[in-house]
Amino acid sequence: MSVATLEVRNLQTHFFTRAGVVKAVDGVSFTVGRGKVLGLVGESGSGKTVTGFSIIGLVDEPGRVVGGEILFHGQNLARLSEEEMRQLRGNRIAMIFQDPMMTLNPVLRIDTQMIETVLAHTKVSHEEARQRCRDTLGMVGIPSPEERLKSYPHQFSGGMRQRVAIAIALLHRPELIIADEPTTALDVTIQGQILAEVQKLAINTGTSLIWITHDLSVVAGLADDIAVMYAGRVVEDGPVSEVLDKPLHPYTHGLIGSVPSRNKRGEPLRQIPGMTPSLLKLPPGCAFRSRCDRATAECAAPIELMELTLGRHARCIHPHMEAVAA
Amino acid sequence: MSATMQQSQGTAHVPERPIIELIGITKRFEKKLDFIGKLAQKLGAPIREEIVHAVDNVNLSIRKGEVVGLVGESGCGKSTLGRVVAGIMPPSDGEVLWRGRNIASLHGAEAKEAKLRAQMIFQDPYASLNPRMKVQDIVGEAPLVHGMTTRGGFDTYVDEQLRRAGLDPTLKKRYPHQFSGGQRQRIGIARALAVQPEFLVCDESVAALDVSIQAQILNLFMKLRADLDLTYLFISHDLGVVEHLSDRVVIMYLGRVVEQAPSEEIFARANHPYTVSLLSSVPRIEARKRAFATVKGEIPSPLNPPPGCHFHPRCPHAFDRCKVEVPALKEIAPGHLSACHLNG
Ligand SMILES: Nc1ncnc2c1ncn2[C@@H]1O[C@H](COP(=O)(O)OP(=O)(O)OP(=O)(O)O)[C@@H](O)[C@H]1O
Ligand SMILES: Nc1ncnc2c1ncn2[C@@H]1O[C@H](COP(=O)(O)OP(=O)(O)OP(=O)(O)O)[C@@H](O)[C@H]1O
Ligand code: SF4
Ligand code: SF4
Ligand SMILES: [Mg+2]
Ligand SMILES: [Mg+2]
Repeated sequence: MSVATLEVRNLQTHFFTRAGVVKAVDGVSFTVGRGKVLGLVGESGSGKTVTGFSIIGLVDEPGRVVGGEILFHGQNLARLSEEEMRQLRGNRIAMIFQDPMMTLNPVLRIDTQMIETVLAHTKVSHEEARQRCRDTLGMVGIPSPEERLKSYPHQFSGGMRQRVAIAIALLHRPELIIADEPTTALDVTIQGQILAEVQKLAINTGTSLIWITHDLSVVAGLADDIAVMYAGRVVEDGPVSEVLDKPLHPYTHGLIGSVPSRNKRGEPLRQIPGMTPSLLKLPPGCAFRSRCDRATAECAAPIELMELTLGRHARCIHPHMEAVAA
Repeated sequence: MSATMQQSQGTAHVPERPIIELIGITKRFEKKLDFIGKLAQKLGAPIREEIVHAVDNVNLSIRKGEVVGLVGESGCGKSTLGRVVAGIMPPSDGEVLWRGRNIASLHGAEAKEAKLRAQMIFQDPYASLNPRMKVQDIVGEAPLVHGMTTRGGFDTYVDEQLRRAGLDPTLKKRYPHQFSGGQRQRIGIARALAVQPEFLVCDESVAALDVSIQAQILNLFMKLRADLDLTYLFISHDLGVVEHLSDRVVIMYLGRVVEQAPSEEIFARANHPYTVSLLSSVPRIEARKRAFATVKGEIPSPLNPPPGCHFHPRCPHAFDRCKVEVPALKEIAPGHLSACHLNG
């Protein structure tokens, strides 16, 4: 039996701040198979980035992975030494950061940074490395790559910086890419170009992807499965088309209803009422309770992620089952 | 105020004094050769000083209370134009008029006032927030200095600004790095709104937000416009958002405005071939597991823009004239301008 490229089990990552413990990730589980794309969506601040950081071992003080397993080809990354993690990062696992300046050094030219990355993990000549950088920049739609290689990050537009960060992640054809809001600053044409390259990579080299995004139309077009996060937990997961067409969890339901194209022009957009509860003092029971139009007294008891129909899970005791039954 | 509102909601040919006006704005970035480069050039190496034509002769006026959407390919000059409009970056050529007066000619208190009244929400929330400042000071410092709040009222004022932007006020003593990407973006929004601007340049301001919080922010923008007659230049690659929000849409391609029209008009009857191709490639939530397409034709470079119509290497309708002559931006219907030789 083949093992999945990545299996995250009950991951818990907490920040021990002066004001208290922030449970940014509190029991997250999901699986990504070889060549598969998992779309990770959810409320802003729900723990998507921290989940990514936990997988590649970059959670900073005062944060710590306090529980769970991160199995990469069956090997628990949470137990690797810092040195072993460094070997994996950038080579077999790459992350495209939400902030491209986490990848780019503002005082170094793009060519210096990219060529260094190539040479760090591959034995090729300087000229071959340069060629590879040029090609990869072209692949992400940067025109005049030869001239642009000689620029500094601040001489690029927001979307161009984002594309350089994507190019760096693609340099080594890693087995797993965690892409954190990688195309937020890109127009649909360039975005299409990049998504096409990424699809090629998944099909041709079996690269697995975790695609973190707020853009549900990208998830719809790219992902196989989707996991929806709210307040540090996965509240719903399943195959993309089923979750988007027939969301079970009230949060997912409200989220999809807020997409502008599903609203009338000029009228106020539908939004989920209320505010995210503070992660510092999450009440027991369902975290969505104070905002949910289906909430009952029973929702105050702890609620587990349950399989509701084949391959679909939701953390809710009054899910929108009528959609599935219909 | 209500008279202004009514007029501004009318069609584009109602003449009214604009709050901001751009006349022939051009912005170039020049990269000078370093010592080695100059030496190599003397020795005959085929290198030259590089000039990026980020914005090329843009004319645009925005009426009070209007929402203008600015759309175009990544790298086409939107943020640069936004910075020039907000008075943060001087143009290489051309004039920016603020209520009819050239902002380059304003001095002292007047210049400060204009700067304060026009705010920009930056595309990059990380780089634009001081990492060593607490959120309450990032948001509250300028209002305090400019007398929009007092020492005594500071906490209440900051709390209100944060809550409005969908942030939990109990987190106001945190530093920017302790927030998620979308939370940082909302700090930038709260900071810009806290000084009570009249004109707001929003540069991809809701791109990092989930659609529900995005809806909350967009609803806030629309409410401020209805209540205070706030004017917006709204830069976004999200055409759904632009369509929902804008009165008028401006399309840029490689530094130039190629089309502009009232929102319904452009989404119903796009004229310029670039706009047409842009609108046809919008991904929809209904389209599942599809094969994305790579860009057809070469993506032109602002370092070396193609002559004539910049779009000709990718345009399915290009003909000889397009390769030599720059098409002028002409009115093809009331309020609808397009720069394409197909219009004669
Ligand atoms: N250093 C830190 N100290 C305290 N809390 C933190 C720290 N870093 C992140 N958090 C909190 O952890 C939670 C999860 O953050 P994360 O960045 O994972 O959110 P996200 O889902 O990626 O959101 P977004 O979509 O806005 O980027 C947030 O509520 C954030 O405020
Ligand atoms: N400080 C600078 N020095 C040199 N070139 C610059 C500078 N700022 C921007 N540019 C160049 O100007 C052009 C336009 O950049 P701008 O940031 O305005 O694009 P944009 O339309 O906002 O793109 P995006 O959608 O990717 O944010 C780009 O080619 C960019 O490389
Ligand atoms: S468990 Fe209850 S409160 Fe939570 S989402 Fe379901 S119905 Fe709403
Ligand atoms: S001017 Fe010519 S190349 Fe340019 S958009 Fe029109 S038809 Fe196409
Ligand atoms: Mg994030
Ligand atoms: Mg920009």
